Amino acid sequence: MPAGLRLLRECEGETPSRQPAGRRRDKSRLLNMADVTLTVDGKKVTAPAGTLLIEACKTVGIEVPSFCYYPNLSLQGACRMCLVKVEKMPKLQTACTTVVGEGMVVITDSDEIKQARKSMLEMLLGNHPLDCPVCDAGGECELQDMTFSYGAAESKFMEAKNHKEEQQWSPVVFFDRPRCILCYRCVRVCGEGMDVWALGVQNRGVSSLIAPNKEDHLECEECGMCIDICPVGALTSGAYRYKTRPWEMKHVGTVCTHCGDGCKTTLGVRRSDTGMEIVRGDNRDKSGTNGDFLCIKGRYAFDFANHEERLTQPLIRKNGKLTPATWEETFALVGKKFAEVRDKDGGSAIGVIGSTRTTNEEAYLLSKFARVVLKTNNVDHHRTADFPALSAALRGKPDATASMADVYNAPAILLIGNDPTEQHPLLAWQIRNNVRLHRARLYLLNSQPIKLRRQATSFTQIPAGTEGKVASFLSGDDAAANALASPSTNRDAWTALRDKLHEEKNLIIIFGAEIRGNDIASLIAFGSALEGAKFICLADYANSRGAADMGLYPDLLPGYHPTAGGSDFHQEWAIPPTAGLDLPGMVEAGKSGKLKALYVVGSNPIGRLNIDPFACSKSFVVVQDMFLTETAVIADVVLPAANAYEKSGTMTNTCGDVQLVKKAGEISGTKADFEMIVRIADAMGFDVRKLVPFGGGTHADMGQSRGAQSGEADRHAVWLEMQGLEPKLTPLDPMAILDEIQRLVPGYDVSRVNLLAGNIEHTSLTKSGPGAAQKPESISPAHDGLFTSGTLGRYSRTLKSVMESHEVKPAEVAAD
Amino acid sequence: MKFSDEFEARFAEMVPHYPTKRSALVPTLLYAQDEVGFLSDEVIAEIASRLDLTELEVRNVISYYSMLTTKPRGKFNVQVCTNISCMVRGGEDILHHCAKKLGIGHKQTTPDGLFTLEEVECIGACSWAPAAQVNYDFHENLTTEKMDRILDEYKKKATQ
Repeated sequence: MPAGLRLLRECEGETPSRQPAGRRRDKSRLLNMADVTLTVDGKKVTAPAGTLLIEACKTVGIEVPSFCYYPNLSLQGACRMCLVKVEKMPKLQTACTTVVGEGMVVITDSDEIKQARKSMLEMLLGNHPLDCPVCDAGGECELQDMTFSYGAAESKFMEAKNHKEEQQWSPVVFFDRPRCILCYRCVRVCGEGMDVWALGVQNRGVSSLIAPNKEDHLECEECGMCIDICPVGALTSGAYRYKTRPWEMKHVGTVCTHCGDGCKTTLGVRRSDTGMEIVRGDNRDKSGTNGDFLCIKGRYAFDFANHEERLTQPLIRKNGKLTPATWEETFALVGKKFAEVRDKDGGSAIGVIGSTRTTNEEAYLLSKFARVVLKTNNVDHHRTADFPALSAALRGKPDATASMADVYNAPAILLIGNDPTEQHPLLAWQIRNNVRLHRARLYLLNSQPIKLRRQATSFTQIPAGTEGKVASFLSGDDAAANALASPSTNRDAWTALRDKLHEEKNLIIIFGAEIRGNDIASLIAFGSALEGAKFICLADYANSRGAADMGLYPDLLPGYHPTAGGSDFHQEWAIPPTAGLDLPGMVEAGKSGKLKALYVVGSNPIGRLNIDPFACSKSFVVVQDMFLTETAVIADVVLPAANAYEKSGTMTNTCGDVQLVKKAGEISGTKADFEMIVRIADAMGFDVRKLVPFGGGTHADMGQSRGAQSGEADRHAVWLEMQGLEPKLTPLDPMAILDEIQRLVPGYDVSRVNLLAGNIEHTSLTKSGPGAAQKPESISPAHDGLFTSGTLGRYSRTLKSVMESHEVKPAEVAAD
Repeated sequence: MKFSDEFEARFAEMVPHYPTKRSALVPTLLYAQDEVGFLSDEVIAEIASRLDLTELEVRNVISYYSMLTTKPRGKFNVQVCTNISCMVRGGEDILHHCAKKLGIGHKQTTPDGLFTLEEVECIGACSWAPAAQVNYDFHENLTTEKMDRILDEYKKKATQ
């Protein structure tokens, strides 16, 4: 199917709850409907029956202007901007609500239509304050653009404008009523897209206005979709308003660093005194699986990067106090100490804790650095899902994992545990909109009545902690039903549910951290018997999956290959033969004095995992982080790190989708973890060429001598980058490690071109190593909700202010 | 929140007539308003939960229709039409007369809580203009004298 038509078909959509059953536009029926041919401005257009005229026009490059029409939202027909002439119809018709018909003859550009558009814009501007010079939307306002393209140069309105004061509806949502043009996009995206229904329209006619659900404020998920979708500056963002003019920003499309869903976010950056400041997050270009969706964290919580407590100088403990030092002094000290411990006490006296928020390249490099340079297998990270068990169970099974994009198109989804609305907002968005637009069947099994039950075909509440029993029961262990049966769900109901699931084709099975170890194996045994079933295992952080895939485990190398032997890594790396210590093991070794050094990269185990802060008081502790976290304060050396918005590389979301991370912000005085690891290896006297395979690739005349102005150099550079052959001239280039990852880590041999183009490449676990059984208690889910985000959340002003505004004030009680 | 048995019977009879629950919203609101006098926060919350709507959605509909109100009204809601037919036949005089006699303006209520005055759009009684509607009763071919008599009668009715 041509891409244009596919897009077209995706654009069909209405909300199930808004339409009587008989009148719903049945998507599957539409897909099978014959094409019709019509004429638009003399051009022949072919589109499937049921296509909206406005979308059919788009496919042949004819723009029909509109404000209220928005793909995938219900039809409104409010703004009257899309009026076109349809032959044999008496009046101008709205192209956004007219369905194409065989032989239809349409004119989108005539004097009558031009006049109609002018009149509509004149009406809209009648009470619109012309405060464009100070309006946030100025420069990227659809009303400005439409007026420029289609508007009249004059207005016949003489009436004074009806001014109303701006209102603040939440810490992040402001409403400027006179600017509103009543397109109702905000109302629809909040209700239909988010299933929040926090915005409404009150009164009617000229008095109509958009209203929040709690009279003068909003009680909602604070996703900011309403602000993002507003065509004018009526809804503005508390985090961005009056900060800059749109044209003063540069825009960088990268991956959100909060949860594990891997949303693309376009960061607006601007020069600042300390480098590049991130001033806005949105995804207006609709790149990535998430389209224009972002949750509160993706949209606003980039501000942790600008927090005044950011570390911008290396710190060395001198006389018991962390004291600023130079980079040279710091790397020399760390290199010397690490080498001393390794040579005197052996690599097993060094522990390494990696991050769930650094790039794949950094996680891989750290894993390699630990094994090859420090000569230790004592490597671990904050685990929030049992990926080794997933990998072991899916080994050898082709196409067994689903991508985030698949969740939007699957005919049926089984979700066990987790609360995606809070913990995986994009996943929840994909599920909701799949149910709304494609009538997917959602089978929900949860210990709580989570919000997604509103979309569920069947919701079964189970006792907390029995998620594993569900897996056993589904895989055929009938006895497990005894633990699950309750008055409302007896054994027969369970058997009926299992039978129903057995009939589903192309089912996506999604499970939270409640299911681990053998339960994962059971669940996959069940799913593998189903035709086309695929799996998603939910982990909490932006690169939790990458950390696991890149082997931040004491017993596993990248690609889930056991440290014991038998993989390509053993040919290339000198790997210590025995499995290392996991995090609790390192803590124990610290307490007994056996752990002489600890290297913590982008992790806060003391703050997040309740580890005794005195456990490592006898060890030499080096921490790389953005802030003086609970872990950093006990360190002997603290290195100020850049965050994921300030570096390049790749990240893998919880589904296994890899995406390119691009550098957007910059705070001078920080370094990427990648560079710091390389510098420490260098300071230890290690040949960094053996750590990072740089210096390869071709060295050639890139076309500069043949006329760079004509794009000649670009063409050569692009071709080389596409082949992964561009020169990696220093050991600080993460792309050099990506070469090695793509060569050695199973499943990562994906298209480099697509990655560079900003597309998503799904990795596969088919050829992964056999994994190794992990202790179920080693997994510690973060339970971050919409307004919290691990260690980052508390440094985000926006998240904090929203939390405060949502806090329920306790009832006043007498002191006695 | 408790409604009368009569309301409950009507509600139960009405809901299945519609393809979706929310379609029963407007009649439900009207019945509730007739019974309670106005649509209080409590009534809104109750109806929202019965019809699986948010309170905001219920308020959106109430604010759309001028015949629905969230503020208490007098016992008799005097609605004087001033649309074209009534206007040319003296409807505005009737409205001003009522305002003077009752001492209240548009959408205001007398201190004794008996009368609320409202200027309304066409009530469909053009053939007998000027016309007014008090609660659900029509009064047609009005003159100021006739209007006085009508108001006095209502006042009497209330004190009996």
